[in-house]
Amino acid sequence: MAQSRNADGNGVPPVGGPGAVSLALTVNDITRTVRAEPRLTLAEALRGPLGLTGTKIACDRGACSACTVWLDGVPVCSCMILAIEVGQRRVTTIEGLAEGERLHPVQAAFVAHDAVQCGFCTPGMVMSCAALLAHTKQPSADAVTAAISGHLCRCGTYPHVIAATVAAGAETKGDGP
Amino acid sequence: MNRFALAHARTIADAAARATTTVADAMTAARSNATRPASLIKAGGIDVLDLMKENLLAPDMLVSLRDVAGLDTITEAPDGGLRIGAMVTLGALAAHDMVRRRYPALAAALAGAASPQIRHVATLGGNLLQRPRCWYFRAAAFHCLRKGGGHCFAISGESQYHAIFDNRPCAIVHPSSAASVLVALDAAIELVDADDTIRRLPLASFFVAPGRDTERENDLRPREILTAILLPPPAAGLCTAYLRQGERSAFDWPLAEVAVALVRNEESLCVHAVIVLGAAAPVPYRAQAAEAALLGRRVDDNAARAAARAAMEGATPLPRNGYKLPLFEALVHRAIMAAVAETL
Repeated sequence: MAQSRNADGNGVPPVGGPGAVSLALTVNDITRTVRAEPRLTLAEALRGPLGLTGTKIACDRGACSACTVWLDGVPVCSCMILAIEVGQRRVTTIEGLAEGERLHPVQAAFVAHDAVQCGFCTPGMVMSCAALLAHTKQPSADAVTAAISGHLCRCGTYPHVIAATVAAGAETKGDGP
Repeated sequence: MNRFALAHARTIADAAARATTTVADAMTAARSNATRPASLIKAGGIDVLDLMKENLLAPDMLVSLRDVAGLDTITEAPDGGLRIGAMVTLGALAAHDMVRRRYPALAAALAGAASPQIRHVATLGGNLLQRPRCWYFRAAAFHCLRKGGGHCFAISGESQYHAIFDNRPCAIVHPSSAASVLVALDAAIELVDADDTIRRLPLASFFVAPGRDTERENDLRPREILTAILLPPPAAGLCTAYLRQGERSAFDWPLAEVAVALVRNEESLCVHAVIVLGAAAPVPYRAQAAEAALLGRRVDDNAARAAARAAMEGATPLPRNGYKLPLFEALVHRAIMAAVAETL
């Protein structure tokens, strides 16, 4: 099979791969081109060619949510998305939340409320909690619990994560990011 | 995952022409022709990529439906029902205003499925077509009946999450919660082939029980795309409920789930009853004895309890899943009472 073929104008779909193809990915407002095989997941593209290792891969099956990033502002498991299918959608990772040295309110609240132990689930947790705050003013503890229902934390930080996010919501008065 | 090419289909016919095989056929040694390249449809990819990561599936090409126009819309049908494109995500459907108002049991089932992240990507079409979650089926080490082997490991093995009805010769439970509610709501589906020929059939008759074929859960054909799920308008006085019980309150497969759709006449007598059990059988299971127990009767607590007992008639539990009988009985009773509490 050819490495890359384009549509011939007769309705034949463009085919990429199985070898590496060039992809333009917009991550944290910066568009970069990477070479990737169709089988490369977004999580692998972020951690590999893009060097953004804040996003973690744990289960690699969408079952733990450690790899959570935003696609057009919506939390998704980046391990279950093919990089080749991201297209024009904007990717936001944990590296894109802080403004310079100023932490996102959820990040600051995680520090203040000791919501981190080993830290492996934390980037994903923060992405889900920050997405919640972007859409929900002053979320309740139940709303935070629902927002993080896909996340597994072996250290058991859940109560601190919920307290931190409720506190961050109370402080930001519902202003979006 | 194996190396594969990815095609972005532009039209349904495009996609259908390229889909040389179904996931079920590709996973069955007896049916797949190993010398011929296998090309499969990919929607959200949650199940297909999972199967590939577990080395249960190794297609040469995935045909993505992402760029096909019109598959991800929800529209009101001329008859007042709802036409749901197969690429609509579970999250978008659960949040849709008309679904929440007119089909609340469906919204409830969708909102309890998987995690927010998965619901944002997983599609309704993919949810209905996903392969079963039986741990023997999902483990490459077990060459089970459903993969073309000669034995169901669950029947004599770890059967705690398996079927209590119609569980021979294979004891999977159907993995889709949405399917149970959609069957209760009398949904239909639309399938389109490479010639743009439309095949429309009730969702309930799309599913395939192990007695007919152990190697697939539905009647999807090669070069055929599931394009839409069609909901009829809710009948006057229709009341519905969906209840589930799992080991965890979130992000877990149900141990038992029940979808109920009832209509009562002006004398408060039940004139229509559909009770569907999920996580009970290899296909969404109509508890017909329970339905018969309600028809023509006033739906009160006694009638609901009698129907719940009747729902377990004919159950053939396995050594490790007998606990499901009292669980389902309680859930059927509660779901009937929840449905009638909702209206009238």
